[in-house]
Amino acid sequence: MDDSVRSEAGIPLKASYGPDDLPAPESIPPPGAFPFTRGNFAGGYRGRLWTIRQYSGFGTPEESNARYRYLLEQGGTGLSVALDLPTQCGYDSDHPDVEEEVGRVGVALDTLADAEILFDQIPLDAISTSFTINGTAAIILAFYVAAAEKQGVDGAKLRGTIQNDILKEYVSRGTWIWPPRPSLRLIADTIEFCAEEVPRFNAISVAGAHFRDAGANAVQEMAFTLMDGITYCDEVIARGRMTIDQFAPQVSFFFYTHGDFFEEIAKYRAGRRRWAHIVRERYGAEDDRSCMFRVGCVAGGASLHAPQARNNVMRVAYEALASVLGGVQSMFTAAWDEPFALPSEESATLAMRTQQVLASETGVARVADPLGGSYYVEALTDEVEARVVEVMDDLERRGGMVKAVEDGYLHGLIAEEAFRVQQAMTSGDRQIVGVNRFQTDEELPEVEGYELDEGGRARQLERLAEVKGSRSAADVVARLGALEKAAAQDDVNLMPLLVDCAKAYCTLGEIVDVLKDEWGEFVQPTVF
Amino acid sequence: MPVRVLVAKPGLDGHDRGAKLVARALRDAGFEVIYTGIRQRPEVIAAVAVQEDVQIVGLSILSGAHLGLTEKTAKALRAAGADDVLLVVGGTIPKRDVARIEAAGATAVYPTGTPLEAMVESFRALSSEARAPS
Repeated sequence: MDDSVRSEAGIPLKASYGPDDLPAPESIPPPGAFPFTRGNFAGGYRGRLWTIRQYSGFGTPEESNARYRYLLEQGGTGLSVALDLPTQCGYDSDHPDVEEEVGRVGVALDTLADAEILFDQIPLDAISTSFTINGTAAIILAFYVAAAEKQGVDGAKLRGTIQNDILKEYVSRGTWIWPPRPSLRLIADTIEFCAEEVPRFNAISVAGAHFRDAGANAVQEMAFTLMDGITYCDEVIARGRMTIDQFAPQVSFFFYTHGDFFEEIAKYRAGRRRWAHIVRERYGAEDDRSCMFRVGCVAGGASLHAPQARNNVMRVAYEALASVLGGVQSMFTAAWDEPFALPSEESATLAMRTQQVLASETGVARVADPLGGSYYVEALTDEVEARVVEVMDDLERRGGMVKAVEDGYLHGLIAEEAFRVQQAMTSGDRQIVGVNRFQTDEELPEVEGYELDEGGRARQLERLAEVKGSRSAADVVARLGALEKAAAQDDVNLMPLLVDCAKAYCTLGEIVDVLKDEWGEFVQPTVF
Repeated sequence: MPVRVLVAKPGLDGHDRGAKLVARALRDAGFEVIYTGIRQRPEVIAAVAVQEDVQIVGLSILSGAHLGLTEKTAKALRAAGADDVLLVVGGTIPKRDVARIEAAGATAVYPTGTPLEAMVESFRALSSEARAPS
C-alpha cells in the first residue's frame, strides 16, 4: 500500500475502505450499549443536546457576572469559568509578584465574597458550571459549594465540573502548586466529597486538551489522558473507601478537536471504547454507566492561525462538526481572534452562533452516530485505538504517569511532536491556508479584542482588603489551623475543612500557603 | 564563539510550546540556548542571564501581561548590571502594543503571527549588535 498519505497523527491511509475493514460486530454495538463506541446514549442527542459552554471570564467578578448573564440570555446553556492566573496558581490578588496578571486571562477569586458576586442572580440549581481550575480546584469547589449554600441551593442540585487534573499541568499547562503525591491525595479527596455531597457535580475533567495544544497529536492526546484517568482512579481505589461504581460516573474528560476531520471523530469513538473496557476490566465496574466516557471539547486553540485570521471561523465550524459526529457532551467553540487577544463580545457571540447553527439548522444531531458502520470511520477508530494502547503500554512500562511527569519523559514526547509539526509546516508537508498556502500580503488585523478595565485590579484589591478587615480573625486562624493539622495526616478528607475555610472568608492564598508549608512545591523539568 | 541566548517565561503563563520551539530553532541555528522553564520571576531571569553570561534574553508571554513583565525584566537586568544584554519579547501580542513594549526596554518584539524563520533571522541580526561574551 502507498503509505505516503497519512493522517495528522501519522496513520497511513488507504485510497478507499471496504467491508473487509470493518471490525467485529461486538465492538460496534448500537449506540447506548457497552463499550459505547457509537455513543453513550441510544438516542444520541435526542435526549439532550450537547451543552454549549463558552469559556469566558475576565477582570473582576462584577464584569464576569455581566458577561455570564449575557451569554445565558443569548442561549448559552452552561457556564465555563475562566480564572486568572494568580487564582489558578494559588496567589491572592494583592501578592506583589502577580500584579500584572490580576483579572487578565480570567476572573480573580480571592475569597468567597468574590464567588458570591460572580454568581449573583444566576440560579445555580438551574445551570451547570464548569471551572477550568486545577492546582486550586479543591479550594474553588469549596467556594462554589459555599456560594450555593448562601443562595439556598442544596449541594444535591449543583451541576458542573472542576477540571482538577493536575498531572497535565506538570507537563503542559503549568498551574501546579504542590508535588504530585499530595496533589493526588487532594484530588482523591474531592472525588470522594463530590460522590457524597454534590453527586451531580463532576469532580474531575481529565483533560488531554492541554497536551494537544502543547504539541501532542490526537493519538498521544487520548493515550496520555486515559493514563491520567487511570492514575486518578487508582488513587481513589487504593484508599479502599469507595468502589469504582460509586465515583466513576463523576469522572469526565476534555479534549481539543483540531483539524483532521475523520481522525478527530475516530479519536472520540476509540476513546469511548477504550475507557469502557478499562473501567470494566481493570476496576471491575458492574454498572455500565460507570463505563461511559463523558466528554467535553474545545474547537480552536493551536489549530487556529494568525494570518488571514477570519479563516478561523471556518476552521472552528469544521472542528465543531467533527466533535458532534464524534459524540461529545459539551463544547466550547473558540473565537476567530483568539490568536491575538481576549475575544470581543462580537467574536465570542459569533463563536457561539457557530454551534447554534450546527444544532438548529444542519440536522446532524437528529440521528445517533450517523457515521457508525462507515468502512473508513470504523477502521480508523480501530487503528486509533490500537495506537493509543501502544502509547499507554509504553508509559506503563516506564513506570506510569507520575514518573513520566517527574523525569520529563512526557515533556520530551510532546516537544518532539510539536517540533515535527513545525517542521512539516515550514516544509509545506502540512498545508495551512494563509500560512504556507494561498498567502497574501494582508496585514494582520487590528483586532478590537477586549480591553481590560484598568481600574478593575484596584477594585479587586479594595474588596480583598475589605473582606480581610471585616471577617473574624479568630475564625480564620482556627480554620486554617484545623486545615494544617489535617493536611499532615493522610487519611483525613480535606474538603469539609476547605468548605469551612471558605465560609470563614479565608483567602485562596492563605489556604494555599498553609498547604505549601506542609507539602512543599513542584519543580518542573525543562526539556525542549 | 556562539552567541548565548536565554529563553525565559516570566509571570504565571504556562504556555511554552512557542518558547520551546524558538529555543530549539535557535539551537539548531547555532546559538547556545538556555531555557528557564515557566513561571520565573524577573529577578531570577536577570540573575540567570548574568550567571550564564548571555547576550540576548528572549521573553515569551502569552497571557497578555507583556507590558508589565517586560518593564520588570528590563529593570531587573539593569539592577543586575546587565544593561548590555539585549531584551526581546514574543507571544500573544497585539500590534498596538509593540511600540509600548519597545519603550519598556525591548530591542525587538515578535507579535502574533511572526514566522519562526523570521525570528531566527532577527536573532542573527541582533547578534552582530550584541556585545562579545565576556
